[in-house]
Amino acid sequence: MQEQLINRAKELLADGTVVRVLGWRRGDMDYNPEVAYFNSADELSDFVYNGFCGANLSKYMIEASKLEGKTLVFLKPCDTYSFNQLLTEHRVDRDKAYIIGVGCRGKLDIEKIKAKGITGITAITGGPDQIKVSTIYGDHDIDCKDVRLERCHVCKGKEHRVFDEVIGESVDTRDADRMAGVEAIEAMSPAEKFAFFQAELSKCIRCNACRNVCPACSCRKCVFDSTKFDSAQKANTTSFEEKMFHIIRAFHVAGRCTDCGECSRVCPQGIPLHLFNRKFIKDINELYGDYQAGESADQRAPLVNYTFEDAEPGIVSERGSK
Amino acid sequence: MPVNEKTGEFTPKIVAFCCNWCSYAGADLAGSSRLAYPAEVKIIRVPCSCRVNPMFILRAFEKGADGVIICGCHPGDCHYSTGNYYARRRMTLLFSMLDYLGVESGRTRVEWVSAAEGVKFSTTMNEFAAKIHELGPNVRLEDLRCKNN
Ligand code: SF4
Ligand code: SF4
Ligand code: SF4
Repeated sequence: MQEQLINRAKELLADGTVVRVLGWRRGDMDYNPEVAYFNSADELSDFVYNGFCGANLSKYMIEASKLEGKTLVFLKPCDTYSFNQLLTEHRVDRDKAYIIGVGCRGKLDIEKIKAKGITGITAITGGPDQIKVSTIYGDHDIDCKDVRLERCHVCKGKEHRVFDEVIGESVDTRDADRMAGVEAIEAMSPAEKFAFFQAELSKCIRCNACRNVCPACSCRKCVFDSTKFDSAQKANTTSFEEKMFHIIRAFHVAGRCTDCGECSRVCPQGIPLHLFNRKFIKDINELYGDYQAGESADQRAPLVNYTFEDAEPGIVSERGSK
Repeated sequence: MPVNEKTGEFTPKIVAFCCNWCSYAGADLAGSSRLAYPAEVKIIRVPCSCRVNPMFILRAFEKGADGVIICGCHPGDCHYSTGNYYARRRMTLLFSMLDYLGVESGRTRVEWVSAAEGVKFSTTMNEFAAKIHELGPNVRLEDLRCKNN
């Protein structure tokens, strides 16, 4: 598929449809391709598309929308939800994007490969169903389905929601219940819940990677960068924002989070951040009707909407600790 | 745990956000009608229930509140027409999230109290305080990221 994408990108550059390409470039290791612009056919020699291209390029289109001319962008099925959500919020310009929907067979999690005790990786080859991991100690053959990203196990589907053309085949990778993790926590006692989140959140080093990668976190001035933080007036005098970071961020993206899975993917501490987002998604679905952010570009987000008959907040205790 | 110096009993900290137009006036009416409500309830006046930024509630819990209640005009009666409809969704989701983190749902409440409902204000506050006494001291939300490994 990689060759097909490169060839099509070259055509579109040559006929002037686009002036640049936004894609993935070979990184220093086979498992860490990086997001990059390609301005010419020559530069495309470094373009890659493989199991490690988990990065969602939608958010980069905010900046690309401000540039002169059209940008060719490659979006996986899940990435198109983010693009739609950004369209809804007027953060990207549809006319500045030429979208090629790329097929997806599930993306891989290098941490799961390393967790198999594999160290000293020198190269990863093969795919799409099996990969060969070469290390300084020898080779390992691995089934891709054993090392997929969490989000691919609960994939929203392989249909692109916005595109100009689609290239490549997709394979269904869904084999788990998206809300199982949330339900397991809901079933805990209050003390267990607190202990669970305390253990997870205490690992956080506040690198801000989850915010920076998140397509829903596209505010020009984020509260976490402001000296006039709404309720703390911080100027570094209080640690309120430090302690409440995850809850505040999850609430800010509630109803706008497409569950693209990028936050959990990039967290260097392996914190399951999707457990926050999915709790809001689950509640929204149960209380206000099924809603999938980014499914189309003309929806009104549930938190900037209401009906006269909405449930009263007392529902939270009425339906029990759930 | 906040305790009464004389009796050594648990005295919860309860924060009540009351909207200026209905509930705060309702509290006033309760006062002038000599209806009692617990001194543990600290009232903060806000222009509208919708003004209650979810961060205010987190802030209250972070500072050690054992319960937080929000009172606003009845749906349909908002001074700004629709503020309380937005507040209703926000608070429902936030309370559910807090419950999910270990702050039991009984520690959060929304009640619609009009300016004429002094009695409702006082019974609501008495009930809510009783509930918090029953639940006992809250988890320390400020320790959410302070586990010693
Ligand atoms: S990416 Fe992980 S470690 Fe970094 S700020 Fe977010 S939760 Fe914390
Ligand atoms: S919060 Fe996480 S899953 Fe949701 S949109 Fe942001 S990065 Fe994606
Ligand atoms: S954390 Fe909140 S303020 Fe900051 S970028 Fe995300 S949504 Fe915007």
